[in-house]
Amino acid sequence: MSGLRAFRLMVWAAIVVLGMFVIVSTQLSGGSPTGETSSGTAKVGGPFSLVSHTGERVDNQALAGRPYLVFFGFTYCPDICPTTLFELTDLMTELGPVADGFEVLFITVDPERDTQEALASYMTSFDSRILALRGTAAETDSALKAFSAYAKKVPLEAGEYTMDHTAGVFLMKSDGSFGGMMDMHEPRETRLEKLRRIARDQVTGS
Amino acid sequence: MSSGFKLTVKLICMLAAMLLSTSAFAHQFSQGDIKIGHPWSRVTPSAAPVAGAYLTVTNSGSQPDRLTGGSTPIADRIEVHQMTMDDGIARMRPLPDGVEIAAGASVELAPGGIHLMLIKPNQQLIEGSSFKATLEFARAGTVEIEFVVQRNPTVETGSGNEHGGHTP
Repeated sequence: MSGLRAFRLMVWAAIVVLGMFVIVSTQLSGGSPTGETSSGTAKVGGPFSLVSHTGERVDNQALAGRPYLVFFGFTYCPDICPTTLFELTDLMTELGPVADGFEVLFITVDPERDTQEALASYMTSFDSRILALRGTAAETDSALKAFSAYAKKVPLEAGEYTMDHTAGVFLMKSDGSFGGMMDMHEPRETRLEKLRRIARDQVTGS
Repeated sequence: MSSGFKLTVKLICMLAAMLLSTSAFAHQFSQGDIKIGHPWSRVTPSAAPVAGAYLTVTNSGSQPDRLTGGSTPIADRIEVHQMTMDDGIARMRPLPDGVEIAAGASVELAPGGIHLMLIKPNQQLIEGSSFKATLEFARAGTVEIEFVVQRNPTVETGSGNEHGGHTP
């Protein structure tokens, strides 16, 4: 009975892993014909400079030697963004001090509405180790480019708008290279293992 | 098989958590041919400008109907939206004409698909709380319901891809 259940879960895990591979490889092959995961370093991980919800400037140099997670979103997003942040909070709570081994960055793709004050209030609901980052339109574009991520403003009725955006979590290694993606639909144990692995990747590692 | 045993323990914990949380009990509302199953809304971060809400609509009538939106005392309005994921990119669009429920059919509004969106909630949605709302249907008119606030979807057995049901 439990064997069957374990088998069913394994099949699901295989499907999810396969799906992730397809997503990652299509994202990486966007511009270069050699879309191998190993060459992802060239496409994901580049210079960016933004300001946190607590007012400090955070850039890729300040993060040098530290593994980190990056997630793009915005506060007017009702579903995937708060869900991802709540999930990250739960995972970090479970990992405890292990989660001190990496930084977690939530970069807003909507700096127009997501002011520093709005983000500061929003972030009180999540693990205090998660930093929300925002920049000017140009700084936001650079950050998107640094991760080969996508965001686009889409006008709606009555002057309102929404944002299309890359929704996965980027895992970045301590040397600034790309360490893969984390999808919130992956089994919880897979996500925990990915975070443990990235937390172990300190400067001396790899 | 220790991993199988661990899974069983985990599942038992999940079930226990479900039983302890009243919000996980299915609740439903009906009006004429329209039945609304387990309306729930996701907990929101502090000062969130929007909130997602989900339910199942069943139309047992002989004519198609259409859920066009609604209202609630705790937000400006309720709209029908659709979220899609394509190549890792999330897109969210309002469905101004709402969602059709064919005669005899059932439509599930769930995370990652068609859902209800509360515009400008005037309070933070806290796990375990509930709030009243009025849904608008093109044919059936209005249906009074009550959303319960949950952190995660009610865990369904067998799907295997929703692992949110751990003890808080």
